[in-house]
Amino acid sequence: MGPQTCRFIFRRGIRYAVVQEGKKKYDLAKRGCGRDMKTAETNLPKAGTVLKGRSRARPERGRIARAFRRSKYLWLLFLPCLIYYLVFKYAPMFGLVITFKNYNVFKGIWASEWVGLKYYRMFFGNPDFWVLMKNTFLLGLYKLIFGFPAPIILALLMNEVRNAIFKRWVQTFSYLPHFISNVIVASMVIMFLSPTGGIVNHAITALGGTPINFMMEPGLFRPIYVLSEIWQHIGWETIIFLAALTAVDPQLYEAAGIDGAGRWRKLWHVTLPGIAPTIMIILILDIGKVLEIGFEKVFLMYNPAVYSTADIISTYVYRVGMEQGNFSYASAIDLFMGVISFIFIFSANYISRRLGGTSLW
Amino acid sequence: MVTLGRRRRRISVFTVVNTFIMLLVAAVMLYPFVYMLAVSLSEDVYVMKGEVTLWPKGWNFRMYELVLGDPKIWTSYRNTVIYTVLGTAIAMLVTSMGAYALSRKDMTFHKGFTVLIVFTMFFGGGMIPTFLVVRSLGLVDTVWGMVLPGAVSTWNLILMRTFFSGIPKELEESGRMDGLNDIGIFFRIIVPLSKPVFATISLFYAVGIWNNFLYPLLYLRSQELFPLQVLLRNLVLAGSVSSGQVTQIGGDNLVVEDSLKYATIMVSTLPILILYPFVQKYFVKGSMIGAVKG
Repeated sequence: MGPQTCRFIFRRGIRYAVVQEGKKKYDLAKRGCGRDMKTAETNLPKAGTVLKGRSRARPERGRIARAFRRSKYLWLLFLPCLIYYLVFKYAPMFGLVITFKNYNVFKGIWASEWVGLKYYRMFFGNPDFWVLMKNTFLLGLYKLIFGFPAPIILALLMNEVRNAIFKRWVQTFSYLPHFISNVIVASMVIMFLSPTGGIVNHAITALGGTPINFMMEPGLFRPIYVLSEIWQHIGWETIIFLAALTAVDPQLYEAAGIDGAGRWRKLWHVTLPGIAPTIMIILILDIGKVLEIGFEKVFLMYNPAVYSTADIISTYVYRVGMEQGNFSYASAIDLFMGVISFIFIFSANYISRRLGGTSLW
Repeated sequence: MVTLGRRRRRISVFTVVNTFIMLLVAAVMLYPFVYMLAVSLSEDVYVMKGEVTLWPKGWNFRMYELVLGDPKIWTSYRNTVIYTVLGTAIAMLVTSMGAYALSRKDMTFHKGFTVLIVFTMFFGGGMIPTFLVVRSLGLVDTVWGMVLPGAVSTWNLILMRTFFSGIPKELEESGRMDGLNDIGIFFRIIVPLSKPVFATISLFYAVGIWNNFLYPLLYLRSQELFPLQVLLRNLVLAGSVSSGQVTQIGGDNLVVEDSLKYATIMVSTLPILILYPFVQKYFVKGSMIGAVKG
C-alpha cells in the first residue's frame, strides 16, 4: 500500500472524502470519514467509485429520508414557521372552496352543497359591483398619484437642508405619524373635521364661512382619505429616497457647478437621474399595490352617508361576511378581488424585472 | 477664494423658503398632538369659544382623572400589553428560527419553502376563510386569537433572512468544529451576533400588534378581552361615552365629550409618543435592511 491521503471535494453541495492510495483513488462519503476510510482499506473498491451510501451502517431509505437526515436540525428550526404558513395561509386558500358551495355553519365546509358559480354570478349581477370596483380603483389611484411624488419632493427638500441637527429633527418629527394607529388617525380626522367643535370648522366660522360637515360629503371622502394617508406615511417613505440621495456621487455636483449649473440644473441633471432607478422601482411596486388599500382606515373613517364613494371591496366583504353572516358570498367577492390584485402585482413585478430593476423574487 | 467664501455664507432665498417649509412640515406632524393635549387640559368654557389652540387655558386634570378612573381603560391597557409582549415574543421566536433556516443554502428544499412563503405575499385566502380557520381552531375570543394568526409577517421574515445570509459562513464552521448542531449554532452564535436586527424586528412587531385593530375586530367578542384600539374606537368613533361621566362634570355636553375623547386618545398614545424618540433609530435601521434588498 502506498501513502494514503485524504481530501474533500464538493459535488452538488454534498461533501465527499476522496481517499488516494498511490494511483488508486476512492471517493468516499464524508460522513464518518474515519470509518469510511477503514472500509476503503478492507474492501478496496475500484478506483473512482463513490462510496457515499454504500459504506453507511444503515441503508438509505430514499431521497426524502436522506434530505431529512442531512438538515434535520434546520428543518426543526423551520417547523414552527412552516406550520404557521400551512395553517394560517394555505388552509384558508383551500377554504376558498366555500365560494362554490352554499356554506352552512352547522354542516361545515365539506357537507355543504355545491352551488357552482352562483355567488360569482350574484356579485357580477349586483348593481353595487361597479360602484365597489370604481371606489376601490379610484381610491388606490388617487393615493398613487398624490401619495407617490409627495415623499420624493420632501426628500429632495430635506436633502437641501445644510444644518444636520435641524435636518435630523425634522426627519424625526415627520416619521412620527407612521407609528400612530389607524384608530387614532381616523379619530383625529373625524374629530378635527367635526361640524360641532372641530378645529377646522372653528377656523372656517372664524373666517366668516359656514361649517361644513366633511365626513358626510361623499365628494370629500377621497381627498380626506388621501391627505390623511400622506400625512401618516410621507416622512417614513422619504427614508428610501434619502438613502438613494446619499449615494449620488458628490463629484458630479462639483463638475456641474464648474460647468455653471445652478441649483435647479443640478437637481434636473444630477440628482434626479441619480435617484431615477429607485424612483422607478418604488413606482412599479406602488402600482402593484394600487388595489391593496388598507381595510382598517377606510372602515374606521367611512359611514353610511358616504358609502357611494367610500365603500371598497374589503369593507363590503366585511359587512356581507362578518355582519350579515353570508360567508360564501363574501369569500367569492374577496377571491375575485384577490385574483385581480394578484395579476396587478405580478405584472408590475414582471415589468420591473424586465426593465432591469429589482424584483421581489 | 474670498468671493467664493462670501457667496457660500450668504443666505439665499431658497434656503429661507426651504427652512420655512421644513418648519411647516414639522409643525403639521406635531400640531395635532399638541392641540389634543391642550384641549384635554383646558377648561371647557375656553374650548367652546375656540380659544384653545396651542396652550391649555384654565389648566385642569379632570378629564385625565375621569379617563384613568375608568376600569375599562385599565383592563384594555393590560390586554394590549399582554398581547404585545406575548405576541412579539412568539413572533420573534418563530420568525427568527424560520428566517435562519431559510437563509441556509444547504437546507434541503430551501428554495421550495421560500417560494411557498413569498407566494403568500401576493395571494391569500382572504378575510372570511382565515376567520373560519381561526374559529375552527377554537382561537376566537381567546388571547391566542390575538397572538397566533399574526405570528409571522412575511416581510419581516424576508428582512431577517436577508440579514442572516450576510453572516460569514466561517462562524458556522467554527461552531460546528466545537460540536454544535444547527440549533446550537443558531442560539449560541447567530442570535448574539444579530442583536440589533432582533431589536428592530421586535419593535416592528410590537408596534404592529399594539396598533392592530383588524384582529380584535374579527376574532374577539367579549369586552374584557378588548385591547386599547377597540375600546378607543368604541369610545371615540362610535361615541359611546357614557352620559353619566359627562353629567358628572356638568357644562356643555359636546365640548366635555370632545375633551374626554382627546384625553383618552392622549392616554393611549402616550407610551408610543414617549418611547418613540429613543427607538426611532432602530426603525430607520430596519427600513434600511429592506432598502438594501429593494
